[in-house]
Amino acid sequence: MGITIGIMALQGDVEENLNATREALRSLNIDGNAIQVKYPEHIAGVDGLIIPGGESTVIGTLAMLNGSLKVVRERISSGMPVMGTCAGMILLAKRVYDRVVGETRQQLLDILDVTVERNAFGRQIDSFEADLKIKVIGEQPFKGVFIRAPVIRETGNGVDVLARLDDSNDSSKSKNKSKIVAVQQGNIIGTSFHPELSGDTRLHEYFIRLVKEYKSR
Amino acid sequence: MMSKNRSTISLISTEPNPKGIRIERMDTLPVSKGTTLLKRGFAHMQKHGVIMDVTSVEQAQIAEDAGAVAVMVLDKLPYDVRKAGGVARTASIKVIEEIRDHITIPIMAKCRIGHTEEARVLEAVGVDMIDESEVLTPADEERHIWKWDFTVPFVNGAKNLGEALRRVEEGAAMIRTKGEPGTGNVAEAIKHIRILNNEVRRVKAVYQDGDMQELIKIARELKVSYVYVLETARLGRLPVVNFAAGGITTPADAAMLMSLGCDGVFVGSGIFKSQDPMERARAIVIATTYWDDPKMVMEAQKMIDEGKSMLGMDIKTLELRMQERGSEA
Repeated sequence: MGITIGIMALQGDVEENLNATREALRSLNIDGNAIQVKYPEHIAGVDGLIIPGGESTVIGTLAMLNGSLKVVRERISSGMPVMGTCAGMILLAKRVYDRVVGETRQQLLDILDVTVERNAFGRQIDSFEADLKIKVIGEQPFKGVFIRAPVIRETGNGVDVLARLDDSNDSSKSKNKSKIVAVQQGNIIGTSFHPELSGDTRLHEYFIRLVKEYKSR
Repeated sequence: MMSKNRSTISLISTEPNPKGIRIERMDTLPVSKGTTLLKRGFAHMQKHGVIMDVTSVEQAQIAEDAGAVAVMVLDKLPYDVRKAGGVARTASIKVIEEIRDHITIPIMAKCRIGHTEEARVLEAVGVDMIDESEVLTPADEERHIWKWDFTVPFVNGAKNLGEALRRVEEGAAMIRTKGEPGTGNVAEAIKHIRILNNEVRRVKAVYQDGDMQELIKIARELKVSYVYVLETARLGRLPVVNFAAGGITTPADAAMLMSLGCDGVFVGSGIFKSQDPMERARAIVIATTYWDDPKMVMEAQKMIDEGKSMLGMDIKTLELRMQERGSEA
């Protein structure tokens, strides 16, 4: 039986994630499909979930109002793979603050053990593209598309760093303000950037492999 | 380089090397800012969302709490611009700064059509997107801003395909319908999106028939470069994100425009000229997300009181038609 990957379709770049996921399924030659999910009962039926880019405050509010937040949290706890890109990663996090405003009162899934700083690089004028090294998907650089992007400042136990911006051997000065931009905690993947906009499906492929593994268990 | 490295969004551009792109270093890492992907990508993040007009920090916070994806800062709401008359200009910088420092969602602000320096001021203050808007008094009747020169993205209004593609050709990263701002009347927004949809359908059909000569003819009629018509025809939609704007007042209005294929909505006077802004703002957010679920739109509609809607005005009796501003250029 094929796998079904849901894209949370409350707000944000849903279609781009749908396309990237379908493209990745094709390139892996895996039997499966990607669908939009808006309601808790739909979320209950997928094998993996992607929370797209957008505004984390909006997606969080809408997911709280319709009861999705609770269902997503339960499914992730029971092992369902989830990938959050940008806003999606913020929603997954346990601790979030904004660079300028500070504490936010936003709704969170409170499951990924990291501290996220929102709008960490500044406003839209400072949004940027940069080549990233992400070992788990191969040596070829990955185009990171950072749009008013968050960054991970601290990680808890059990969180693996997949990519960071300050990727130098000289870790002395960056220890305190690390710029982690992709992490994995078991079945949870979070990225500061938008793999769905890069035209490179390797991260989506990586996620799909997790889903396939979960499904066959 | 990689065969599968195809962009998921349209990156068609007039300028081979836009001046707005900045190549910098972050510590030692080379980074590019202001690229077409980043500008249009920002607009893609607003999709399925509601952008709300605000004039103060209080209103901006209500908008953020209600679930706005971004706020648009104005000196006066379009309805009040209409009533006040005179020359309408960009908002006070102090107000923009104050709102900027109190909310976490993106802020946008309007500049006058063709007023490059007013836009430069907005870029310098750090707004996330600039709306070159017909709500303000145009500064140049002949030409719009050449938006490729900016690092920050722009949104422009349009009431047909020709206007929309001319604005994209100038560098707009996002389009919205013009509608008739400040009227509380959604009829013109509906008219504009229907015209646009029909024109897109036409170029798509011509493209599918393989009649490139006819596409060139259409490009000449629309006064826009052929590549933009070709890209639209190939995609079967505008190459950039397209929102609805102008006169949206109720959750059902928002759902109506989403059903016509808009990617999201702007609400101008509709929220803060009503007597139930808090409930209405959230209700419009819900209706925009669940536009294809009549039960949810009904629930959203139930959150507002029609007695508290802005009264609105009949478009036939208007002396000032903002939608005509900048249309010929």
